[in-house]
Amino acid sequence: MSTRLKTGGRFTDGGEQLSFDFNGTTMKGVAGDTLASALLANDQMLVGRSFKYHRPRGIVASGGEEPNALFNMGGTNDFEPNQRATVTELFDGLKVASQNHWPSLEFDVGAINTHLSRFLPAGFYYKMFLYPRAFWKHVYEPIIRKSAGLGKAPRAEDRDPDTYEHFYFFCDVMVVGGGIAGLQAAKAAALTGVKVLLVEQTAHWGGRAPVDGGEVDGQSAGDYVDALVAELATMDNVTMRTRLMGAGVYDHGYVLGYERLREHTPEVAGPRHRLWRIRAAQIITATGAIERPISFAGNDIPGVMLAAAVRDYAVNFGVSVGDRTVVVTNNDDAYRTGITLKGLGLDVPCIIDARSGGGGTLADDARALGIRVENGKAIGMVKGGKRVEAVELCSQAGEGGVLEVIPCDVVAMSGGWSPVVHLWSHCGGKLVWDEAQSHFRPDSERPPLGATGEGFVSVAGSANGHMQLAELMGDAHGAGLAAGRATGGTSAKGHIPEGTPTSENPVEPVWLMPQGAGYKLRSKAWLDYQNDVKVSDVQLAAQEGFESVEHAKRYTTLGMATDQGKLSNINGLAILSDALGQPIPQTGTTTFRPPYTPISMGAIGGEARGKVFQPLRKTLLYEWSDANGADWEPVGAWRRPFAYLQPSESVHDAVNREVKNTREALGLLDASTLGKLIVKGPDAGKFLDMLYTNMMSTLKPGKCRYGLMCSENGFLIDDGVVARIDDETFLCHTTTGGAETIHGHMEEWLQTEWWDWNVYVANVTEQFAQIAVVGPNARKVLEKLGGMDVSKEALAFMEWGDGTIGGFDARVFRISFSGELSYEIAVPASQGLAFWEALMEAGEEFGAMPYGTETLHILRAEKGFIMIGDETDGTVIPQDLNLQWALSKKKEDYLGKRAHQRSHMTDPDRWKLVGLETLDKSVLPDGAYAVEDGVNANGQRNMFGRVTSTYYSSNLERGIAMGLVKNGPGRVGEVIDFPKEGGAIIKAKIIDPVIYDKEGAKPNV
Amino acid sequence: MSNAVSALQGASYVDGIADVTEFGLRGMITLRGDLSDKKLIKAVKSIAGAMPGMRSIALEEDDGAAWMSPDELLLMVPHGDVASTIEGLSKSLAGTHFLAADVSDARAVFEVSGPKARDVMAKLAPVDFANSAFEKGMFRRSRLAQVPAAFWMNEQDAFTVVCFRSVAQYMFDLLSVAAQPGSEVDAF
Repeated sequence: MSTRLKTGGRFTDGGEQLSFDFNGTTMKGVAGDTLASALLANDQMLVGRSFKYHRPRGIVASGGEEPNALFNMGGTNDFEPNQRATVTELFDGLKVASQNHWPSLEFDVGAINTHLSRFLPAGFYYKMFLYPRAFWKHVYEPIIRKSAGLGKAPRAEDRDPDTYEHFYFFCDVMVVGGGIAGLQAAKAAALTGVKVLLVEQTAHWGGRAPVDGGEVDGQSAGDYVDALVAELATMDNVTMRTRLMGAGVYDHGYVLGYERLREHTPEVAGPRHRLWRIRAAQIITATGAIERPISFAGNDIPGVMLAAAVRDYAVNFGVSVGDRTVVVTNNDDAYRTGITLKGLGLDVPCIIDARSGGGGTLADDARALGIRVENGKAIGMVKGGKRVEAVELCSQAGEGGVLEVIPCDVVAMSGGWSPVVHLWSHCGGKLVWDEAQSHFRPDSERPPLGATGEGFVSVAGSANGHMQLAELMGDAHGAGLAAGRATGGTSAKGHIPEGTPTSENPVEPVWLMPQGAGYKLRSKAWLDYQNDVKVSDVQLAAQEGFESVEHAKRYTTLGMATDQGKLSNINGLAILSDALGQPIPQTGTTTFRPPYTPISMGAIGGEARGKVFQPLRKTLLYEWSDANGADWEPVGAWRRPFAYLQPSESVHDAVNREVKNTREALGLLDASTLGKLIVKGPDAGKFLDMLYTNMMSTLKPGKCRYGLMCSENGFLIDDGVVARIDDETFLCHTTTGGAETIHGHMEEWLQTEWWDWNVYVANVTEQFAQIAVVGPNARKVLEKLGGMDVSKEALAFMEWGDGTIGGFDARVFRISFSGELSYEIAVPASQGLAFWEALMEAGEEFGAMPYGTETLHILRAEKGFIMIGDETDGTVIPQDLNLQWALSKKKEDYLGKRAHQRSHMTDPDRWKLVGLETLDKSVLPDGAYAVEDGVNANGQRNMFGRVTSTYYSSNLERGIAMGLVKNGPGRVGEVIDFPKEGGAIIKAKIIDPVIYDKEGAKPNV
Repeated sequence: MSNAVSALQGASYVDGIADVTEFGLRGMITLRGDLSDKKLIKAVKSIAGAMPGMRSIALEEDDGAAWMSPDELLLMVPHGDVASTIEGLSKSLAGTHFLAADVSDARAVFEVSGPKARDVMAKLAPVDFANSAFEKGMFRRSRLAQVPAAFWMNEQDAFTVVCFRSVAQYMFDLLSVAAQPGSEVDAF
């Protein structure tokens, strides 16, 4: 059984007792434990069920590469699936549940799949779910949805109570990985005087070195690490962070770092995760190496673990995974596990070394401790179900003939070490196959390249393929110095530390154990634990023609699980290469993509949740409107009142009241969101003549003119009233949505095309509160407030003037989007609320009522005024809207003019603006299409028009609408059909779009 | 004028790792022109005491001039002095091509202060806030989270942040969230 040793552990010594909940059972752990070490200390070997076959699975690794020990964590609001036990630090009250089983972990009905494995080969999904076609929707998809995924999805009604944030950080050299190589590289870089950031994903500095031993400069590796950490902590130019993972490397030295702040202390106030957005001139990946499993039958039975992980649990956490550990290896490093366990008084029945020549001095040490070592041997099969019981010893060279059965409860396997090349590869760093060490390592000649064509990522330590301290220390020191110098550091050299050389025999590749394993063994030899991919699956993929590694990956799902194949990639592509009869480098690797291990969605979202999820733009009248019945409508990022509801009034009733009141008495509209751009300079007139389709340069100061803007492709992009302020200055009103885009549009033309024209633009949209005072009583209320002369004689329609109204500094525009007598009055934004309240108070006797955007729309629709975004959709040109009058014939050029001459733009069959009057007075559905007989090439009903704006008019007591209809203006009087959802037809007569006050007399009084 | 109010009327948040306060109305003028023009430089110096260089701000008490782009400055004067300042500029820059616009009321102004003010700023703006990288006299026209913002330092532990008035509430909430208790970064 697995248990806590009396000898203690590096991380757990002195730790307080903690209790946690596993599948409803209370278990004990120690501060310093990971969830994985605590589970092992409680003899919990079985931790989950595999994805496809629901096989019992145990902990395999001790770090982020763990494929099996994934848990549903937390309760309701704090629930998170697929949390890896090996990187989850234990805290008191932690609650976890194992995944992917029903009804229980111990007894899982889904395990029947393992007996069906013959029928669930690679590509099963692609083969099975094609036929019969009707089965997909009703049978296959529901089943797949039910069985998909490992952990549960959080419930829709749950809300994560934690907070998250981002953090921007800049440095010269960033070192990813706080093992002995990363520490050394950081120190060397810091010696050159540059700013260094050193990050480590775990809670501890030093990585593997303190566990694996060895000496540096005469000190034990552990002591050397401690001294390095202490020294770095005193250096002002070094920032050190633990629990911060380098998640991804991107162009221009951009690195995402994932910091886990409160995962292990959920009771402490503050953000749970922090996403670091780092700019580093040089990046050193000192990301270490990951041990590979060996592919033998039964290598997924709980108790089969990576050799180094077994060692980690013993040394770091004082946990023995079992009493009798068989080590199986193709390299010398795994001997350390046997030696360590023996030293702790545990039994090591045998070290099975697949190499016929066996190991070096470490093998001698093991033998000296009395450990039996078998060279040239292999595991034929592991015996056991939910736990290892024994291994069958056989010859590596043979087909698995059993020589001996060795009882044991742990198998510590080591198939060699693969450098963690992910971060090197994220941004294009290339790899080279190291024949001697049987792994891919970074090709220093082909690093990721920055803007200058120089590499911006380098690599240090075992991540660079240097597995021995003797090579590794110098490599790391050199990488640090080089990166420091590359970012402007000094030529400091520092002391190059010396690691004690060791005499190890080289690793020998063992991709299948035993070498001649037959189908039965191969179909029990797992490559990818998390996605249940076996040696036989990859071989089948190759046999079926999936020769590209990327295709084979997708066909078999090898490496596609949440661990992204950290343990399985190399073994899988070695099997694929063998099946294809080609060398491994020719097969190549799949693509390494960020993040290195999964990061939380919360961290990605950062602070953007709740009230700061999205900026909400508010006008001066937001609070007033909110307190006075506003029914809000989003208009871009703005919120505008759709209508102002009086007590117990429906939205529809409120709109009808507002429409009638504005036509008959006095309406007030907050029009502050309209874009206001000042265009000034000697060339301002010339510039606006190019931007607007009509002539603006002839406008006289004091006058206003409505104008249209087209893109260079001729499509309408904006409209609004331009006021000429003085000879050189214009004020251009844009639509609410156009304020920023038209400002940008103007700047773009000025900066990229007409850079020699003397024009400046300033966006003063938010400087002003702009209130529309609309209706027959509009002039009365302004005259009551007093100030400037607003009579027709002093301020005619389409004129503007500066002055005061009721003591407020105001700029008054006599413009009308409603068809009524109307003044739009701009006052400084800071006085907007006071001005509005003055208008409301003075207007009371004249029937003043605020109105919202719906009334604005109805009033303009009655007048046949178009609205950008309703009548236009990016494909509509002014001619479609019968706005030819606004297209200057005098101007030699303007944006859109040439485009309007394209054949499609001059096509007489274009859909054109008309009014639509329903025969039954009902309201047409927005966007409804006018249909005629027959179908088009796509089998769709023939259409010849559509509704662009549709409202109920309380003035006319019927529905009103505008639409675009083929040859529309020529068909006035014709009745056309608009089907509703469900098929009923609404008949509508084509009419003139201007329904109200056709002569335009009303605003001009 | 008593009718004139700032967006949040002096809201403040003092329970976090830094204090967040909305300042009252401040006079602001967008000045676009040739920043190498002698007349313009003279006019700016008369307001802010100095001509700011690229990505910098010249401050003289509450008056100032900040570099917004190669042809744009943000001038700051008391709120009541804007009209007269623009009038003065119009006179002193007569004959040159320039634009001066009152943008005082289009803005909201905040202060983020305290020893951890840098932490708060660095959570929101993609700018290097290390002590040696961002100092008094520097100015950035950048963004805080999802909205445009400009900022500079008043003193070692205090930043002034300027944003559009319409997003004043978002900015206040944003700075308060970034200053939440327990969120010190301690990386500067």
